[in-house]
Amino acid sequence: MHELSVTQSLLEIALRHAREAGAQRVTDLYLVIGDWSSIVDDSVQFYWDLVAQGTEAEGARLHFERIPARAICTDCQREFAPGGGSLLCPGCGGSRLRLLAGDQLHLESIGIEPVPQARAHAESE
Amino acid sequence: MTERVNVGEAILGANDRLAADNRRMLDQAGVFSLNLMASPGAGKTSLIERTLAALARSVRVGVIDGDIATSLDADRAAAAGAEAIQVNTGGECHLDAVMIQPALQRLSLDSLDLLIVENVGNLVCPASFALGTHKNVLIASVPEGADKPHKYPGMYRGIQALVLNKIDLLPYVEFDQAFFQQGVEALNPGVVTFPLSCRTGEGLTAWLAWIEAEVRQFRQAHPRKGALQQP
Repeated sequence: MHELSVTQSLLEIALRHAREAGAQRVTDLYLVIGDWSSIVDDSVQFYWDLVAQGTEAEGARLHFERIPARAICTDCQREFAPGGGSLLCPGCGGSRLRLLAGDQLHLESIGIEPVPQARAHAESE
Repeated sequence: MTERVNVGEAILGANDRLAADNRRMLDQAGVFSLNLMASPGAGKTSLIERTLAALARSVRVGVIDGDIATSLDADRAAAAGAEAIQVNTGGECHLDAVMIQPALQRLSLDSLDLLIVENVGNLVCPASFALGTHKNVLIASVPEGADKPHKYPGMYRGIQALVLNKIDLLPYVEFDQAFFQQGVEALNPGVVTFPLSCRTGEGLTAWLAWIEAEVRQFRQAHPRKGALQQP
């Protein structure tokens, strides 16, 4: 299952950005995943619970934004949703498509709890 | 109180960076490389055996064999005359750049012209994980059926060459060539395609000529000491 390595990368990216932002905890991860990226949300969630254990991101909620595949016919320039057994343009029957969206695999943003300023100050003294 | 922090990072970015390292290593050594992908049983190892046998006198080949377990494939590549290294993924369904790096360090790259990486048999995801190799090649085979481009668009989009193996079975197996070609053309217009049969040898010449030309062209762009042996 390739979702394990995907999820490990996800954790590494989230923790790095949390550290850079001076966070004490990661509470949320906002993912953007295209329908053609061969990723199963449930598998990512399953591995997430395992790999995040014991890190600052343990218990963080995963939010999946799914992007359906969109293509443009390079013959007639019509936009359409490829799939369902046909990759042909529904307008002109053309067989050359260029994918406009649907293969993304991004971590868009994270939710963090910053280290409270007062306490951070007290701890440093 | 929680805050929102913008990240905007590709999740496989770390793999892509390692793949770039691998690519540099291969470029410096002057080794042209192929990432061979296919479903299980399409004929990856057979094509490697055929290729090794045919190129034995003109091109020095190294093979990295990815598999869940066993070294059966690497053994076959070694028996066919290649310097072969087995990488067991222990369950992972693809090779990634991290797995390739130590294998590259174990190969004597300076004495190779061509590296063939045999990926794990799987049509879902291998094309998503860059290895650092120069070209992705997909082997489709006639008995798999003609609908595979439609069902696995990611794989058919992520390649620079396509082999259609087992064409000797066309008279016996239902395979709608027009539907197959339609899917390929939609996803990867003009991709160079080699219909062939590893069993009979039909069509192999074009495939071998393509590899030899690619190796030669690559070597011109990435020269090194020790000229390519002439066939």
